[in-house]
Amino acid sequence: MNPVTLAILALLLPAGAFLLIGVLAPLRRSGRPAAFLSIAAVATSLAAAIRTWQLASGSVEPIRAAWNWLPGANGPLATVGVLIDPQSSLMLILVTLVATLVQIYSLEYLHDEPPAAFGRYYAYHSLFVFSMMGVVLSPNLLQLFVCWELVGVCSYLLIGFWYRKPEAARAALKAFWTTKAGDVGLLIGIVLLYRLAGTWDILELEHMVKGGTLATAGLGVITFCLYLGAMGKSAQFPLHVWLPDAMEGPTPVSALIHAATMVTAGVYLLVRTEFLFHQTPQVLLLVGWIGGITALLAAIMACVQTDIKKVLAYSTVSQLGYMMTAVGAGFAGAGFLHLLTHGVFKALLFLGAGAVIHAVHSNEMHDMGGLFKRMPQVATVFIIGTLSLAGVPAFAGFISKEEVLGATLAGGLTGPFVMLLTGAFLTAFYMSKVVFLVFFAAPAAPGHAHGHTHDDGHHGHHGDPPFLMAGPLWILAIAAIVIGVYSTFFHHAEPEFASPGWLTPVAVAMGLAGIVGAYLTYQTRTISADTLASVFAPIRVAAVNKFWLDDLYLFIYRHILLAFARLIGWTDRYIVDGVLNVISAWTLDGGDALRRIQTGRVGDYIFAVAAGLLVLMLWMRGTL
Amino acid sequence: MPLSAYLSLAAVLFSIGLFGVITRRNTVGILLGVELMLNAVNINFVAFSRFHGTALGMIFTLFAICITVAEIALGLALVILLFRMRRTSTADHIDWLKG
Repeated sequence: MNPVTLAILALLLPAGAFLLIGVLAPLRRSGRPAAFLSIAAVATSLAAAIRTWQLASGSVEPIRAAWNWLPGANGPLATVGVLIDPQSSLMLILVTLVATLVQIYSLEYLHDEPPAAFGRYYAYHSLFVFSMMGVVLSPNLLQLFVCWELVGVCSYLLIGFWYRKPEAARAALKAFWTTKAGDVGLLIGIVLLYRLAGTWDILELEHMVKGGTLATAGLGVITFCLYLGAMGKSAQFPLHVWLPDAMEGPTPVSALIHAATMVTAGVYLLVRTEFLFHQTPQVLLLVGWIGGITALLAAIMACVQTDIKKVLAYSTVSQLGYMMTAVGAGFAGAGFLHLLTHGVFKALLFLGAGAVIHAVHSNEMHDMGGLFKRMPQVATVFIIGTLSLAGVPAFAGFISKEEVLGATLAGGLTGPFVMLLTGAFLTAFYMSKVVFLVFFAAPAAPGHAHGHTHDDGHHGHHGDPPFLMAGPLWILAIAAIVIGVYSTFFHHAEPEFASPGWLTPVAVAMGLAGIVGAYLTYQTRTISADTLASVFAPIRVAAVNKFWLDDLYLFIYRHILLAFARLIGWTDRYIVDGVLNVISAWTLDGGDALRRIQTGRVGDYIFAVAAGLLVLMLWMRGTL
Repeated sequence: MPLSAYLSLAAVLFSIGLFGVITRRNTVGILLGVELMLNAVNINFVAFSRFHGTALGMIFTLFAICITVAEIALGLALVILLFRMRRTSTADHIDWLKG
C-alpha cells in the first residue's frame, strides 16, 4: 500500500472505533468488547504508522495528499489531507505506540469500573487517538486547528472521567479554559496568516518563505499568536497551571495525554512552522526564554511535591520547557528529538507510578516506601525511566537532553542555558527523590498506607502488577534502553550545530550530582531534608505556593473579570433593559389611559360615530 | 315649496332622532329615536323622488318602512330579553363593553 493510504487508514481506524462505540449504546455499555475494538483499531494504526514511517523515510520529498474542503472563487479556501514526512511519521508512531500500550494497560488498571464507564473511557480514547493523529498528519493549519481543538475536548473529557469527583470536574474545566485562552491566540494567528499569505498549507508557506515572497511585515504578530496556542497546549509558563491539576484524571490518561502526546502538540506545532519563526527572531527569543523559565520553575516546583503524580506532572512541564527552549534557540530538530524520547520515558514513568498507586491506593509518597521488595519489576522499569529523564548516558533522555542543551548554547541563549543546566540537576534530584522515597526508604508506618484512597478502589494487590499492566511497562522500558543505547553508542547524526566539548561532562555531572544529592538526603539521610528546606526557605515557600500563579489567576478572575461581568450585567439590567422597561411602562400607562374612553355606554358610542361622521362630512366639503 | 324645505325638515327630524338616541336612557326611547332618524331618511327619499319625477325613491321608502317594522320588532325583543337578564331597561346600566 502506498503511504497515503496507510496514513489515512491509521487515521480513520480509531475514528471508526469511536463512532461504533459512541453510536452503538449496547456496545459501549458492554465495556470489555468496546475496549477490545478500540485496542484492535489503535494497534492496527500502530502497524500502519510503522509501515508509513518506513516508506516515508525512504522518500526525500514529503508526501502530501489533499482534498478540497471549502470551495472558494480562486481555488479551494481550505483542504483536508495528510502530509507525511519523517517528522510526522515518527510522531505518528509515538502517538499510536503509547496509545496502544496505555489502552492495554487501562484494561487492568480500570477493571473495577462499571462496564458503561469502561466503554465511555475507550470511546474517548479512540477519539483522542484520531484527533491527535489528525494534528500530526495535518498538511494545513486549519485542519490542524480543528484537530487541536478535538484533542482539547478529549483531554477535558478524560481529566473529568471521574466527573462525580468535584476536584476532577474542576480540573477538567481548568484545563479546558486555560488551554482555550491560548487557543484563541492560535485562531487569531492562523486567520492573520491567511490574510498575509493567502494559504494555510504548510508546504506552500514554506515554499513562500524560501522564495522570499512572504511579507515579513506583521509576521511577528502571527508567530506570537501561534506561540500563544502552543503555550497553552504545551503548558508553558504562565499557562502551565492546568497540567498539574489535570492529574485528577486516571493515571493512564495522564501518561498518554498529559505526558507523551497532547501536551507535546504545542512543540510539534512550532516544529512544523519553524520556518515562520525563523523569520521573526524576537518571537523566537521569547520562546527560548519562556521555555527556560518554565523548565527551571517547574523543576523547582517538582522538588516540593509530595504527590507522585504531581512530581511527574511538573517534570513534564519542565521537560516541555526544554523542548521549547531548543525550538527558541532555532534548532527545532533538537526539541523534536527530546519530544520523542520524552514521550517514551515519561509515559513509562507515569504508567509505573500508576502501578504503584494501584497497589498502594494512595498518591502520596509518604504512604509508600520500601516497595522495591514488593514490586521489583515496577521498581526496575521506574528506575529505567528515571535514569532516562535524568540524562544518564545509554538511556533515552541522554542524547536528546544533550542536543537541547547544545542547541540552546549554539543559539546564543546563555540565560536559558543556565536555567536548563540548573533544571537538569533538579530533574535528577526530584526523580531520584521519588525513587528513593517510594522504592528504597523505610516503609511507611503501618495503618498509614490505606489511609487515602485516591485513584481507584482496587484492593488486594501486593506485588508486581498482572501481565496486562507489566507488559506495556516493559515494552516502554526496553524502548527507552534501545533508543538510549542506539543513540549513545551507534548513531552519530550530522550535528546541526557545534557543541563545546565540556558540555557533555558538565551535563552528565549535573544529573549524577542530583542523583547523589537525593541519595544523601532521602536514603542515608546524611543531609537533613529539613535543613535543606530551611536553607532554601524562600524558594520553597514560593514553590509550595506554585509561585502564587493560581492565586493571581483567582484574583484576576474574582476581582477583575467578575467585577467587569457585574458592571456589564448592571448595564444590561438597568440601562439596556431599563430603556425597554420605560417604553413598555409608557405603553401600558397609555393603554390604561385610553381604556377609560371605552365607557361601555351605547349612547357614547353613537355620539362618537355621529361626531366622526360630521367631521368627515365637513372635511369632504373642504370647510375644515 | 322648494326642495330645501323638505330636506331641512328631514335634517331637523334626523337631528332630533340622533339627539334622542344619544341622550335617552331608556332603551325604548332609543328605539324611538332610531325610528325618527329612519323616517327622516324616508322623507328625503320621497322628496327627491317627487322632484326628479321618478318612482324609485317611493318604492325604496316602502321597503324601508317594511324593514323598519321588522327592526323594531327585533329591537323590542332585545329590550325584553335584556330586561329579563339584567332587571333593567336603562341603557346606562348596560355597559358590558366597558374597557
